[in-house]
Amino acid sequence: MSGGLKPKHQRLVLVIVAVVALVGAGLLAAYALRNQASYFYVPSEMVSAPPETGRAVRLGGMVQEGSMQTLPDGITVRFMVGDGEASVPVQFTGILPDLFVEGSGVVAEGSLAAGGTFMADNLLAKHDENYMPRELEDMSEAQANKVVAETTE
Amino acid sequence: MIAELGLAALWMAAALALLQVFAAGMAMRGGPDGFAALVRPVTVLQAVLVGISFLALLYLFAVTDLSVALVAANSHSAKPLVFKLSGAWGNHEGSMLLWVTVMALAGGLIAQVERRLPERTMWATMATQGFVALGFYAFLLLSSNPFERLAEPVEEGAGLNPLLQDIGLAFHPPTLYIGYVGLSVAFSFALGALLTRNVTPEFARVMRPWVLGAWVFLTAGIVAGSYWAYYELGWGGWWFWDPVENASLMPWLAATALLHSVSVLASRDALRTWTIMLGVVAFSMSMLGTFLVRSGILTSVHAFAVDPQRGTFILALLAIYIGGALVLFALRAHSIAEGKRFALVSREGALVVNNVALSAILAVVLLGTLYPLLTEAFGVRVSVGPPYFNPVSAIFFLPMLVVLAVGPLLRWRRDRVERIQRPVILMAVIGLAALVAVMALGGAELLSLLGIALAAALAVGSFLPLRGRSPRRLPLSVWGMVIAHFGVAVSLFGMAADTAFQQERLVALAPGSQAQVGPWSVELDGVVPVAGPNWTAIEGRIRASYRDGPPRDVAPQQRSFWQPVQETSEVALLTRWNGQLYVAIGQQAEGDRWQLRLWWKPFVTWIWYGGLLIALGGVLALIGRVVTDLRRRDAQARIAERRESEAAL
Repeated sequence: MSGGLKPKHQRLVLVIVAVVALVGAGLLAAYALRNQASYFYVPSEMVSAPPETGRAVRLGGMVQEGSMQTLPDGITVRFMVGDGEASVPVQFTGILPDLFVEGSGVVAEGSLAAGGTFMADNLLAKHDENYMPRELEDMSEAQANKVVAETTE
Repeated sequence: MIAELGLAALWMAAALALLQVFAAGMAMRGGPDGFAALVRPVTVLQAVLVGISFLALLYLFAVTDLSVALVAANSHSAKPLVFKLSGAWGNHEGSMLLWVTVMALAGGLIAQVERRLPERTMWATMATQGFVALGFYAFLLLSSNPFERLAEPVEEGAGLNPLLQDIGLAFHPPTLYIGYVGLSVAFSFALGALLTRNVTPEFARVMRPWVLGAWVFLTAGIVAGSYWAYYELGWGGWWFWDPVENASLMPWLAATALLHSVSVLASRDALRTWTIMLGVVAFSMSMLGTFLVRSGILTSVHAFAVDPQRGTFILALLAIYIGGALVLFALRAHSIAEGKRFALVSREGALVVNNVALSAILAVVLLGTLYPLLTEAFGVRVSVGPPYFNPVSAIFFLPMLVVLAVGPLLRWRRDRVERIQRPVILMAVIGLAALVAVMALGGAELLSLLGIALAAALAVGSFLPLRGRSPRRLPLSVWGMVIAHFGVAVSLFGMAADTAFQQERLVALAPGSQAQVGPWSVELDGVVPVAGPNWTAIEGRIRASYRDGPPRDVAPQQRSFWQPVQETSEVALLTRWNGQLYVAIGQQAEGDRWQLRLWWKPFVTWIWYGGLLIALGGVLALIGRVVTDLRRRDAQARIAERRESEAAL
């Protein structure tokens, strides 16, 4: 881009710079996405093939009826998240999201601890009465029925 | 009756849009003179009709006409009037009508006031504008009629999502939409210029105020949205990299790049094709944003009004407009004459780096936002969050901020590095001093450290272009630049300081007991039930004092709305110049203890003050540009007049 370049060449140089930067950004993004994307698990997957402890992942399922207990500090809760086949204990310290109730869907963000408890940093519960975490939508009807059957026994 | 009137006006406006495309197209092809004369009046009339249609919808919401499906589904007679009105656009159909209304009004305004462009470019622009509007009219009339009547009027409406019943959010979507639609105008101008191969500095001067205006609204919308998410969701964060947030950030990044490149074109006649390309990309990003938000294709903490079928319709529009524009660009770009040359070390060079960095950030955000969609097509569920977005975008953001500080010091065309040595050294020293000071205060993460150091250097650097110039004779647009760049420094400092030094406590307090968070001591007096127009709540009565200062009252609430049934938390905020205390109340723990979430967030408000400064800078630049343009037009008119009178003599 020195003064000696013809306008046409300068435009070419600009195009090349832009393309290199964008391709670089794309490659960097692709690399980072492969390494840092947090993967989504349902309880049966988490039990059969658990992620390594400490890795940031998401766990989605139904909060099992009667499983919620508050620890003595008053702000830590433990509950079981299941998908009808398996269930995972989850521990969360914090204020539960609006409309977080037993028997409804939840997506927990966090990581698996050494003892097999999922330590949640954040809970995404349903947003309103119609909202279902999208990750849970294709939980099969059979699974959903099973969850209902188990929880209404 | 009013609903039918609104619908009829909408159909007529759509018909006029079709006529606008046809007449402008015929005029361009050198058809009979009558067509050319039609373009402007038809555009103005279309704006009036669609305006009537939107007013009709506002009226239906104001009186809560429950025989209209949209009102019944989104309103409730017990709602405060302001939320009845905002309910008109707090849903899919209404927001699409708002979109097309703003677009038609913008088109009408251009038709009424813009006389500088060559006529053919103007017609091409109007044809494009009409063509884009036509897609949205079709969308409204064929698949999302806002005026549809119910077979049986209902007794009572379903209400508005309580999260939307907030004064900030009532005006947040229209603000963003005006920004999006402003970019559609920039898109029309870009295509108009491409169609007539008329990419000149004069063209850029016509396009620039529209880009500036759209950018100001986008900026303000993002600032408002961020503050809303911060206090309404109760999570204490101000940016979540949520797909819906990214949907507004992506057009903003493109618009910011466009704003700078259109300035280069206007004042230096360089970056011609690049500016046209950005005009296409910026509007593509607002269409893509609309698609992501409206289709429900992505999981989002605040994706309202979702419907896959409509997503398909928008996707088809997206393919037609963006695909068409890109094909046209590919065919025409090479035939646009090159602009002027410049050296790497020059204002233009710095602006090119800024443009490339912004485009790279845009690519990073776009890939991160779309990646879950791509993998889902292969059956893999992935969520992408801050661990990806923060570091990867920072790699491009940080160098861009350096260029932002240095660029305005450089001269146009060609400059020497030695000439700006001293101010650059000054900035580096200030940045390093800030770095040392923060590290002495106590460690912070690398990104926060760099952020604070850069913010300090940039805060000083943004005023350096004023050196040796008389403040009173400085053009308003330079003031705009200085203030906007200073706003970036303020925002950056707020983000870095909040991330580095915020303190959080989660406690279960019994009435009468105390907790500490940072420099605050917080005491719970008690918890009482309270009621509002369409909700009940439990309210914590809390006293908080900063260090040993006088106690101040705060009252966070947990609200329960009954139509629709939903709970929201209303956090309580205590604002000082150096930060905010953020209090949210949760459930009752066993006994009489209540969960409280307490945050001390140093300098968090600076994030939004900075954002407002950035928008203010844009407003000043816009006023400056418009005034200059008007003066130039007056001067030209006077010269023409004098020539005429001389000729008459």
